[in-house]
Amino acid sequence: MQLRKNIAVSDTGFVFNPTTGDSYSINQVGQEILKLLKEEKSVEEVKSIFTSTYEIDAPSFEKYYFDFLSMLRQFELLDEEDEPSMSK
Amino acid sequence: MNPKITVALTGLNNTDNPGPGVPVIRGIRESASFDVRILGLAYENLEPAIYMDGVVDKTYQVPYPSEGSDVLVKRILEIHKKDPIDVLIPNFDAELYAFMRSESVLEQAGIHTFLPTLEQFEERHKSNLPEFGKKYELSVPFSKDLTRIDEIGKLKDEFDYPLMVKGKFYDAYLAYNEEQVRMHYNKITAKWGLPVIIQEFIKGTEVNVAALGDGKGNTIGAVPMRKQFITDKGKAWSGITLDDKKLLDLTHRIIKATKWRGGMEVELVKSSKNELYIIEINPRIPAWVYLAVGAGQNLPEALVKLALGMDVKPMKDYQVGTMFVRYSYDLITDLKEFEKLSTLGEL
Repeated sequence: MQLRKNIAVSDTGFVFNPTTGDSYSINQVGQEILKLLKEEKSVEEVKSIFTSTYEIDAPSFEKYYFDFLSMLRQFELLDEEDEPSMSK
Repeated sequence: MNPKITVALTGLNNTDNPGPGVPVIRGIRESASFDVRILGLAYENLEPAIYMDGVVDKTYQVPYPSEGSDVLVKRILEIHKKDPIDVLIPNFDAELYAFMRSESVLEQAGIHTFLPTLEQFEERHKSNLPEFGKKYELSVPFSKDLTRIDEIGKLKDEFDYPLMVKGKFYDAYLAYNEEQVRMHYNKITAKWGLPVIIQEFIKGTEVNVAALGDGKGNTIGAVPMRKQFITDKGKAWSGITLDDKKLLDLTHRIIKATKWRGGMEVELVKSSKNELYIIEINPRIPAWVYLAVGAGQNLPEALVKLALGMDVKPMKDYQVGTMFVRYSYDLITDLKEFEKLSTLGEL
């Protein structure tokens, strides 16, 4: 799971896609997720980090996480070959 | 010490439907290579750049191209006799034909231009775009010329609504039904004559590229832009430079294949499937060119250098994410200025 390499994310949560010229604002949690995506962390790794850092159970986190990924995909911020892998 | 040159140009209408004159002037004035004097060539007395401080050094009134190419060129030569011009940059599609035809006459008089050839100009014309697309293997929307109003009823056999209704030089309207087509057809023919071009509407994001070809197939500069705010006249009031290799490759392909000479603007639509459709190729620098200057490619300066026969290295880099935001501004001037231009034809 990868963020497109040219996507710029600022410390203030401003996300810029230089291919389309579109920009977005994300909150702190979104910023953390994007940072992990840039580090090419897997779904399991992201899930593990969040469930150990925040008070959230794994199924709930997965639900929100995949919803967020769908949004990123819709906005063409993810690499096209990537498909989310569902945890078992 | 920089060489002193005089550049004359049109497009001083810095209005809500702006011409390229002012941004081209700004680019040339920022050049470290020339000590430039700008002559503005005005068709109308209220073109704002005439009255803007620090933009134009002197203005001369010129006749509309509709009065005849020879009349326009004669006026340019008259001005040149009195106030020698080194480089002439026409910024309107409607006048280009007159100047392209007279390029050698102007050159003989000592006025340099850097314009597309008549063949290049004609083949990318809106009415010829489908053939252009086939010839150079580019995707263009389906289009058809209308020369009679009674052809409008048959459009539904070849097009889905909505569709685009366009003038041969300027104006483009989206029409959802026959009645709207008729309305736009009448409006366009009254202003620009025939043909009126009907073009398939491609849903997607409008993207544009400002570019400069050296006439030998090389791209001297190219900067792509997406409009961020579009006025009700369809003009970009804000835009941002993009990092899009496909757009740039397409532009290079067009310039290489046509050996394009001079400035151009490629107008495209990127569909939801990321396919690029060329909807227009304008044969001159666009009014948003100052964005290219701001992003690091001074296309107006490069155009002047090409016109003067100087060697110009291709510019490959530009700053992605550079934005332009247009604004309106009231400048105050005196009736005496307007009077001088109206009565003497120069200011």
